[in-house]
Amino acid sequence: MEAFLSNIDRVVDGFSWTVRLTLLSAFFSFILGILLTAMRVSPVPLLRGLSTAYIEGIRSTPLTLVLLFCGLGLNSALGVSLADSVALDVFWWAVIGLSAYTSCFVSETLRSGINTIPLGQVEAARSLGLTFTQNLRLIVVPQALRTVVGPLGSVLIALTKNTTVASVAGLGVQEASREMKLMFDQGIAPVLPTFVGFAIGFLILTLPMGYFFGWLSKRVAVVR
Amino acid sequence: MSAQHSVLFDVPGPRARKRNALYTVFTVFLALIGLAILYLGFNRTLSDRESGLFTAETWAVNPAGQWAADMWAPFLRPETWTGYVIPGLQNTLTAALTASVLAIVFGLVFGIGRLSKHWWIRVPSGAIVEFFRGIPLLMLIFFTMALPIVAWQVFNIPTGTFQVTALVAVVTGLTLYNGSVLAEVFRAGILAVPKGQSEAAESIGMSRTQTMWTILVPQAVTAMMPAIVAQLVVLLKDSALGYIIAFPELLRSFTLLATRESNVIPAAIVCAVIYIVINLALSRLAIWLERRNARRGRPSAKPTAAGGAPVAVKGTEPDTTGSDEEPRGEDGPAKG
Repeated sequence: MEAFLSNIDRVVDGFSWTVRLTLLSAFFSFILGILLTAMRVSPVPLLRGLSTAYIEGIRSTPLTLVLLFCGLGLNSALGVSLADSVALDVFWWAVIGLSAYTSCFVSETLRSGINTIPLGQVEAARSLGLTFTQNLRLIVVPQALRTVVGPLGSVLIALTKNTTVASVAGLGVQEASREMKLMFDQGIAPVLPTFVGFAIGFLILTLPMGYFFGWLSKRVAVVR
Repeated sequence: MSAQHSVLFDVPGPRARKRNALYTVFTVFLALIGLAILYLGFNRTLSDRESGLFTAETWAVNPAGQWAADMWAPFLRPETWTGYVIPGLQNTLTAALTASVLAIVFGLVFGIGRLSKHWWIRVPSGAIVEFFRGIPLLMLIFFTMALPIVAWQVFNIPTGTFQVTALVAVVTGLTLYNGSVLAEVFRAGILAVPKGQSEAAESIGMSRTQTMWTILVPQAVTAMMPAIVAQLVVLLKDSALGYIIAFPELLRSFTLLATRESNVIPAAIVCAVIYIVINLALSRLAIWLERRNARRGRPSAKPTAAGGAPVAVKGTEPDTTGSDEEPRGEDGPAKG
């Protein structure tokens, strides 16, 4: 355990990348997810079709493939770089890949939230003359968001764990699981304490998230 | 589709139809720009071109780009399929099937274990499920690969006594992670069986074990079938993580092919299509199972997020509204 603790700065550095990936991807996937949901329930058939195709397609593709496509396809083959340093370049590509993937799950969650809203709410809003956008913005989304706080928390936890895939898949972001693998391979600390240490690190990230979202979903739940 | 959402907007009148047409045109325009950027980018004529943007040379298929016929030709040769794709697919399916069976067993054992009235079964089961659900699958796979080193460091067993193959590591990781998620699914399913069922079983003198295995588990599994299939889709997708530890599964085969033929984009597209076809077929199965449950008057539990990525199969089709026995507000993801 001492050998592991003496390398604690590497562990902290790894988790700092994990947290950065999680926060930025969560932000972008939330925005993209709301956009996809709005398209999916919109009156324009083409928008509905595009959104459905995107969600069904990406959701059925492994995250490893999505990130490989970002790393090997868009970054290397297409030759688009987003930042000057390689570390930041692959980081931003990982954020793009993770956001593209997670937004599908955010959107599916939001849509299931919309389905829970009683018909009367929407009918009343329409009878008052609210347009589709007003209806969505003032009536539907505020209620839907409240009901999906818990499931959205699950998506965020899954995203936190999914950031580990960004360490490989043609990108190589220096996040926690990569640090762990490097510490295994370089033999600088025994494997078992290293694994337990990193596992505790992830539990510290995910368990409070679960409790927080559980508490929040009870607090904001709509009484019906 | 429209039957479900039309409640959000009226049947379009003349003005709305005009507006919708405008939006459609706008969307087509944006989509075309996006497709053009992708086309030119992979055609290698977006940034490094000599001629102007709207000339024939820029838009012609570039023999050095990814759309050239040579890049797609490998998929017309039988040895590509027999040498790369089919062995890869076999390995993926082997790993996924083995892990599915083991994960269901793991899930049943620990899901029921978590409901035991003995604390010395309940508490460890809960701890194991929460631990494996809370840490990334990739870390479990890495750790399984490093087990010979652990054996040497902790028990002084010399390395080389036993080997952990990539297949074993993938299957172990998938089993522990998805088994823990399934444990929560089973637990939620058993708890959702009406209380009268177990009371009736006890009143005719069944033991707790008998009640569990002959009354509660069969009903729970039927109700949870869509959620279980949805989790198996997640498992199949996660088997692609084997790529990282050089397990020769489908994704690995395609990257090897892409390296040999330097056709990254065609390989990625064909690979994605194969995964999408398999997973959509499985998702349809989940929807069909749910419909069958609804037809037989049994409610299905919601197959959303059980800790992992949610796969909301429910409500994707309109005609479940006919048999609206269960309230629309029912939103109980099996979350522990």
